[in-house]
Amino acid sequence: MAEVEINAVSKAFGKTQALSDLSLTIGDGEFVALLGPTGAGKTTALRLIAGLEQPDSGSIRIDGRDVTGDAPADRDVAFVFQQYSLYPHLTVFENMAFALRAPTRRVPEADIRVKVQEVARLLHIETKLDNKATQLSGGQMQRVAIGRALVRSPSIYLMDEPLSSLDAKLRGELRLELKRIQVDLGATILYVTHDQTEAMTMASRIGVLEGGRLMQIGSPREIYENPINAHVAARLGQPTINLLPAALFGGAPAGAETIGARTEHLTIARGGGDVSATVKRVEHLGDQSHLHLDVAGRPVVTLADPETGFGAGDVVSLRLNKPLFFDARGWRVAA
Amino acid sequence: MTSATTAHSVVEPSITTRRFAGSLVVLYAVITMIPLVWIMLTAFKSPDDAISYPPKVMFKPSLEGFCNLFTTRSRQTPEFIRSLGPPQGLCDSIARSRNMVVAGPSNYVPRFINSLIIAFGSTVLAVALGTLSAYGFSRFRVPLKDDLLFFILSTRMMPPIAVAIPIYLMYRTIGLSDTRLGMILLYTSVNVSLAVWLLKGFIDEIPREYEEAAMIDGYTRFQAFVKVVLPQATTGIAATAIFCLIFAWNEYAFAVLLTSGNAQTAPPFIPIIIGEGGQDWPAVAAGTTLFLVPIVVFTVLLRKHLLRGITFGAVRK
Repeated sequence: MAEVEINAVSKAFGKTQALSDLSLTIGDGEFVALLGPTGAGKTTALRLIAGLEQPDSGSIRIDGRDVTGDAPADRDVAFVFQQYSLYPHLTVFENMAFALRAPTRRVPEADIRVKVQEVARLLHIETKLDNKATQLSGGQMQRVAIGRALVRSPSIYLMDEPLSSLDAKLRGELRLELKRIQVDLGATILYVTHDQTEAMTMASRIGVLEGGRLMQIGSPREIYENPINAHVAARLGQPTINLLPAALFGGAPAGAETIGARTEHLTIARGGGDVSATVKRVEHLGDQSHLHLDVAGRPVVTLADPETGFGAGDVVSLRLNKPLFFDARGWRVAA
Repeated sequence: MTSATTAHSVVEPSITTRRFAGSLVVLYAVITMIPLVWIMLTAFKSPDDAISYPPKVMFKPSLEGFCNLFTTRSRQTPEFIRSLGPPQGLCDSIARSRNMVVAGPSNYVPRFINSLIIAFGSTVLAVALGTLSAYGFSRFRVPLKDDLLFFILSTRMMPPIAVAIPIYLMYRTIGLSDTRLGMILLYTSVNVSLAVWLLKGFIDEIPREYEEAAMIDGYTRFQAFVKVVLPQATTGIAATAIFCLIFAWNEYAFAVLLTSGNAQTAPPFIPIIIGEGGQDWPAVAAGTTLFLVPIVVFTVLLRKHLLRGITFGAVRK
């Protein structure tokens, strides 16, 4: 494991600027998640570190060594792809042994066997080693894909949405396992995802990418509580943060054009708040409900306790409780 | 690509429809098989039975056609034949019954071997070159890629025989006339365009993530190509090889024009097998029957690869 340092890296594909001036250091043993929508440049960042793409400018250092011009094989990184991860013509064992059998590595066959079995146990696929890769379920395939990377001890594991093709239940299970394995091995991981839950639960730091730029990087809590702009604020939180004109509510600081109100910033009551709102729809999720409100013609979504018994058509009042403020261009304004 | 799934209509076809469709297929198969059966039967007829009218369906089988295919014979006086010792083998006794003796082997075997060397040689070369260039076109940014691909395809747009005379003159000048190497190069150049186009389609289907994963795992691009791309392209390679082989094996026009002795292939040789008093039809039929064997064997050997969609089910799209 080692420290990976990305320094002012830019990359364009034709006229599309995929990444602009990305600087990021992933510490030894750290789990960093890059969070962003499709096309934000997350995958490009991974491919640049892996050496599958060459940056237009900037440099990449792994363990202090400049690897910007090196071939992928010489960088000592492991990559878990979102899909197409297994070789269909090989067995599970052969798939996992593939990296160790690389001509440059010359690992003795006995050591390969031991290592593959050890990782297979870790991932609970030790009974599937003789199966063809095509005979596995989706969850097993993805475990093998992760196993292919884990048999090595690279400088860094690069993971490109490794769980996104799985169903919700499996995703939840593998999320926990992946985090446990990372802690056990002390692995350095750069993990790309558009799923805020994965980023929030696994990462020690989250980098939010938007349009090829790193908007903000920090601990999940920091990113959630202290977003530097409306983009970052909208990335985290379920339901999504409500962005409303500051004029609707009183008490906004100077320069604030928009108020960002998450569920916890809104207090709903039957009367006596700052602003009145109409309940348009209630979605019952079981332990809680999504409340769709209309505030002066603007939609607001918030959570409510099902016990409160709000129904469509009810008129309620809203009170803001230390919300976030943003200026006209979306940047944060101190309260 | 071959795959296990085919399009099904929503409504199951009725028994009558299925029977009708089945009998159409059988009828078609019978019609296409008739000439083959005819050739194979003729191969076992005597020269008289072969040209009798109306044609004989029931006849006394004879190996005379095969004997005449593999030997040359000379006519002798009955006295001379009687003065010889006992006949040497089946063909000798058949020849003597017609007042002839076996003079030596015919040219069929050398021509057949020429065919094997030239057809398989050009197939291996065309498929190897085709696979490499298809991979290049599929994976790399090649300047003028579309124009190059069109140019490669355009070599197929004219009938090859249109360039027969320039090639004949060229080959005579550089000494490739009537050589196996010359024929291998010629058939390769015709087949390589087909191979590039067919294989590019197959390689495009193989996700490049496979090679990228291998390259990150410590393999060079060429090693990744051999370890990851080739095994998954076997279906396409097998199909391409069969197409190339069939063309090279059956090619007649260039073979007539460019080969006469050393490098002559079987197709121009078989139809000119002359017996006493004209074409020796049983020998021609026997030569044709044996000529079919390699293609059938090759196709049966590769059938497994042709039918198997190797990536089916392993990739999640």
